[in-house]
Amino acid sequence: MDSRIKRAKMIDQFMTIVFYGIALFFFLLLVGFAGKVIIGGLLGAKPEMFGFTRSGSIGNQVFNTIYLVFISLLVSVPIGVLAGIYLAMYAKPGLVTRFLRTCIETLSSLPSIVVGLFGYLIFLVVIGLSKSLLAGALSISILSLPLITTTTEDAIKGLPEGYYHGSMGLGATKWQTIFHVLLPACLSRIMTGVILAAGRGFGEAAVLLYTTGSGSDLRWNNFSFTSPTSPINVLRPAETLSIQIWNLQTNGQDRALANLSSAVLMILVLAFSIGANVWSRHISKKQAGLEK
Amino acid sequence: MNKFLKGAMIVGLSAAMVGCSSNTASDDSDSKNESLSGTITAAGSSALKPLVDVAAEQFSNENPDVSITVDAGGSGEGLKQVADKTVTLGNSDVAAEEKLDKDQAKDLVDHQVCVVTMAPIVNKDVGVKDLTKQQLIDIFTGKTTNWKDVGGPDEDIVLVTRPTSSGTRATFQKYALDGNEEASNASMETDDSGVLLQNVTDTRGAIGYVALSYLVDNDDVDTVAIDGVEPTLENTYSGDYKVWTFEHMYTNGEPDKATKAFLDYIMGEKFGKKMESLGYGVSSKMEKTDH
Amino acid sequence: MSRKSMFCKEYFWQILVTIGGLLVIFVTLLIGAFLVYKGSDTFFKFHHTLGEFLGSANWAPMDNASSKGHVGALIFIVGSLCVCGLALLIATPFALGSSIFMTEISPKFGEKFYRPMVEIFAGIPSVVYGWVGLTVLIPFLKKVFDLQVGHSVLAASLVLSIMIFPSITSVASDAIRAVSKETRMAAYGLGSTRWQTIYRVVIPAALPGVISGIVLGLARAFGEALAVAMVIGQTTALPKSIFSTSKTLTTEIAAQMGNAMEGGEMKAALWTMALLLFLISLLFITIIHKFSKPKGE
Repeated sequence: MDSRIKRAKMIDQFMTIVFYGIALFFFLLLVGFAGKVIIGGLLGAKPEMFGFTRSGSIGNQVFNTIYLVFISLLVSVPIGVLAGIYLAMYAKPGLVTRFLRTCIETLSSLPSIVVGLFGYLIFLVVIGLSKSLLAGALSISILSLPLITTTTEDAIKGLPEGYYHGSMGLGATKWQTIFHVLLPACLSRIMTGVILAAGRGFGEAAVLLYTTGSGSDLRWNNFSFTSPTSPINVLRPAETLSIQIWNLQTNGQDRALANLSSAVLMILVLAFSIGANVWSRHISKKQAGLEK
Repeated sequence: MNKFLKGAMIVGLSAAMVGCSSNTASDDSDSKNESLSGTITAAGSSALKPLVDVAAEQFSNENPDVSITVDAGGSGEGLKQVADKTVTLGNSDVAAEEKLDKDQAKDLVDHQVCVVTMAPIVNKDVGVKDLTKQQLIDIFTGKTTNWKDVGGPDEDIVLVTRPTSSGTRATFQKYALDGNEEASNASMETDDSGVLLQNVTDTRGAIGYVALSYLVDNDDVDTVAIDGVEPTLENTYSGDYKVWTFEHMYTNGEPDKATKAFLDYIMGEKFGKKMESLGYGVSSKMEKTDH
Repeated sequence: MSRKSMFCKEYFWQILVTIGGLLVIFVTLLIGAFLVYKGSDTFFKFHHTLGEFLGSANWAPMDNASSKGHVGALIFIVGSLCVCGLALLIATPFALGSSIFMTEISPKFGEKFYRPMVEIFAGIPSVVYGWVGLTVLIPFLKKVFDLQVGHSVLAASLVLSIMIFPSITSVASDAIRAVSKETRMAAYGLGSTRWQTIYRVVIPAALPGVISGIVLGLARAFGEALAVAMVIGQTTALPKSIFSTSKTLTTEIAAQMGNAMEGGEMKAALWTMALLLFLISLLFITIIHKFSKPKGE
């Protein structure tokens, strides 16, 4: 009896060590991975690579990446949030709702090359856009749509029931309740989802290959909406960091520049992941304070 | 009823919006007369992209109102997109007739902008500098599997090739292997020449092939002469080295003013020097234009 | 505001929200229809049988509009299954360990540092994974196993397992956290050690959620192309061991799609493979639903 307890305790301690070991392993793996990419990339960089020239630098690509993701969020956030509200508040359990959920999950597991070719056919061939930032952003929004929808739904469902009943009890209509009570209360969680979606958009290459093109020819004194060299024009081709990495690596040229873009892309992704986490923790603290 | 009407209205509205955005795409076509202006988009062959990139940069320094973008994506995509009119120029390693059906290909105008020479490359430790054509064929068809049979060390041969639809592969197969099919089930295919080069550099006993443009300033791999003829631009011009092909840039119909100027620039004498320094051959210097 | 306009507004938003939902369905159906339309050519235009496509290892489609080639995709299906299966075998224990660590062993540290860390793994672009795999993992494998070629099913599985580990971890840890406190307290109260509580009580209770995490990871793995393509050493042959080179559905699509002739037999076969991937995703999702309780119903 005694020995059995002893053994159980020993196994328990052993397993605790194993779990700590796994955690440590992944910590080291991430540090090693990020360290290799970021430090390696920054060390090999030359000062002129940080400029905004047509080739040989990353400035325009950083701008394009952020701009493209921003535009894609302008499309996917409204639709995603609406669909999330529908699922959380309006959908009745049944075939349609189940089907909608299946659709969302299917969208989130599509290979990105398929989304890219689909985007090419719909936005370029059928609608008639040229290879452009807009076409790429629309295709990316297909990818980020499921994430935003699920986050919104989970956020609304995660609110205490009292929010809904309290508001309805005061005579508010359903929509007033959603718009003035529920949405503000879960705004922070939705934002976290949006930021995560943005993080994924940054790294996407296969989708943009067929829809956005590799334009990096920007004139920073040109701010007309229609000129192909204007930074703010959404109908111009735009090379993002991930496409730049892809282009450079597949051609085996200027590896130092490819490494630098990888490093900068990693830093962007890291900044967004950490930002999303800090944000959500900050807000949940604030909410916890309110609820007391 | 009310519900239905509202729904119909919104659907109509969003359809109208989509319609609007498609119209704005063609806004920038009005051109000024005094200087060249316009938008040129090119897509296709990844082997051609580095060259067109450099040409585009120099050309737009001289003509600041012309915006040029160059994409990779593969020869098939390039040809398809120029036939779809989603790009102005379709870059291809192969003639349009091989990747499009006759209806689509008949409107395309061919511009043979340069010559690309393919060279067999081997890992440094192999030490074989010269192979006969027959030896090369035996290696790539999987008949010879050890380097000692062709004068190298006792080491397995690792074939590193390109996917079956690749233009580089088609050229190499046609002119270096006399049309013999490569052994697909024994070779490592790589999606692009950059990764292929990396694989041959890193793998003992590896043999592959790339365009000369990838080998400028590269000492990590050895090139192999075929029947004693070194794969160089000079030997290509003189007709001694056979494994080369024209690179094509297709336009859909006759090119507009800006595009024509750009094509003339690439094929012009001034850019020719730059072209050779990048490892591409100048079309006009070819003594024989067929194999 | 008059009462009438208030209700109008109510309807308006209800319709708008419903349209949001319908739009998601519409996009998915459109993609599905697009794939069916493109992928059916193999069978109707080029007259190959479904049996040939799924069951034959003879992959030699013609890159033109004749139908004289062979479109057996068995190599890619087997390759995908091997690579993804192996990746799952490698990733699952680690992912489970991680999720237990961050929920049971060290919840505070887990929530504050470990979870964000895992999410960062999910955000790294696949091109970067592939390139690090090619330049770090492959030389490493060559050294450790004394191989001439480091590209292998094993290398692809290792890269994939790191890529899918975050999805499994985050879904599994959510499931484990959802196991009620009372269940745990009851186990402890009966004198169980922490490990006994974990593997006899918590894991069985969280099993449906854990399984849906695993299936989700598998779906991710099936769809990944760029990273796998760089390290699997694409060879058109069935894998003989974990050290042999092979191909998967996605690597072949990514490698050939850009170059294949539009309207040709090869392109049609590639689209059929994309359709197959879509159907596999659907299958996995159905499995997830079988195992996890329907949300909020």
